[in-house]
Amino acid sequence: MNVSHDLGTWVAAFLTLCILSFVYKDNPFYKFAEYLFVGVSAGYFIVLNYWTVIYSNLLDPLRTAFGGHVEGGPFRIEQGDYRALLVIPGLLGVLLFTRLSRRTAWVSRWALAVIIGVYAGLKTTGFAQGDLVAQVQASLQPLWVPGHLWTSVNAIVFTVGLLTSLLYFFYSREHKGGLGLATRVGVLFLMVSFGAAYGYTVMSRVSLLIGRFQFLFSDWLHLIR
Amino acid sequence: MNLSALESLDRRWIFLGMALLVAGPLLFPVGLPLEVSKPTQEYYDAIAAVPDGSPVLVACDYDPGNRPEMVPMTKTTLRQLFDKHCKPIVLCLWNGGPGLVDQTLEEVADEYRARGVDLVSGRDYENLGFKSGNEAVMVLMGQGITNAFPRDQRDRETRTLPVMKGIRDYSSFPLLVSVSGGYPGTKEWVQQVNSRFHLPMVSAATAVSAPDYYPYLQSGQLRGMLGGMAGAAEYEKLMHEKGPATRGMDAQSLAHFFVAACILLGNAVQWSRGKRGRA
Repeated sequence: MNVSHDLGTWVAAFLTLCILSFVYKDNPFYKFAEYLFVGVSAGYFIVLNYWTVIYSNLLDPLRTAFGGHVEGGPFRIEQGDYRALLVIPGLLGVLLFTRLSRRTAWVSRWALAVIIGVYAGLKTTGFAQGDLVAQVQASLQPLWVPGHLWTSVNAIVFTVGLLTSLLYFFYSREHKGGLGLATRVGVLFLMVSFGAAYGYTVMSRVSLLIGRFQFLFSDWLHLIR
Repeated sequence: MNLSALESLDRRWIFLGMALLVAGPLLFPVGLPLEVSKPTQEYYDAIAAVPDGSPVLVACDYDPGNRPEMVPMTKTTLRQLFDKHCKPIVLCLWNGGPGLVDQTLEEVADEYRARGVDLVSGRDYENLGFKSGNEAVMVLMGQGITNAFPRDQRDRETRTLPVMKGIRDYSSFPLLVSVSGGYPGTKEWVQQVNSRFHLPMVSAATAVSAPDYYPYLQSGQLRGMLGGMAGAAEYEKLMHEKGPATRGMDAQSLAHFFVAACILLGNAVQWSRGKRGRA
């Protein structure tokens, strides 16, 4: 058998088998691979974030702004140069480390407040523009399109599904009578959507297994091309 | 029929059955038929409609955990773009992804170089690399791509690269391709970029997240979509490729039959138990 001669491939294959061994039962090989992954990931992420974010988006621009090479001094906002102002987010970032001491931990709330405020603003406006308005607009469909029978059927099914699913989450009145019937139809639509989501989840998980088997059979054992 | 013996079935038999059903078709392909779905066709058409030679923003937001689904989609997308002489500007917002994304991009570029096509990093394509910050990076890119990514994956100053000449912000691109493994991904690109900057976009998503993105497809916010390995295989068929997604679809189909059979059998066991309980 013409197996791989690459050391990296052998290490990857060994770790793959270590992880897959968990389906038989928990064992030291699985634990070894798990701890190795956690340790390597932590080190990798620290180095990556330093060089791609802290260095290139903070330290390097600050060094240029305060290094005495910029004509007109570091603060040249009127000329569109905001690099020196990165001192402020830099300081806020440093404040986060005050959480390491219980006495000074309260100071980090200033930085956290900025982070939460910025992300809440971004998420809210993004959701309003991308989901709320656009989706409500897309839900307003003509129920009858002359000459296009299936388009009309689709629109009717869509509208019935939308309204009955929304009614299911209307809790201000007991679900009986006409409302009860509508909510039962809504449940059917919800069940179909849960089933579709579950089917897609199965596909995703099986894909991961296929990917590992393809690696073992192709890259490691060279059984398939 | 007495199904009580199945109640105490060791779950490892199910794992073994699944392993055999996945391994078998990979070693001995069956070649089950594959039809191209409408969202996949639209994805292909949206990229085909991009003017030849244009820069196209490709957000590869995934890590090695999504490799079997995401890498085939990325490779086929890059091939379609390179065939049109487009200039892919690639970036990654997942901290586990930049190495894999760079490897994928270079593998596709090497295929073209091996065929004699003169592709140069920084001139014909670009990997901006990773940036932490999720939605904040997306918004920052709207004020200038090079502001958000002053240095690229190879630590080159992005402002000086020939491929970045004429690229200012989102208005410089005719299309955004979001290859999305989860958060941040297609949903965030739709919310922060498509809706604010009106940049047309398509999505290649994992099967887990695909159902969440169908509303965007229905509303026209997405021009096309690939959903999971099935979407990747359909796309390979459109591109006349026989890649890893196509080769994995036999195993995928058989595994789905097996899961469906397990669900039916599990329900039958529960039904027979309930019947015994009532007797």
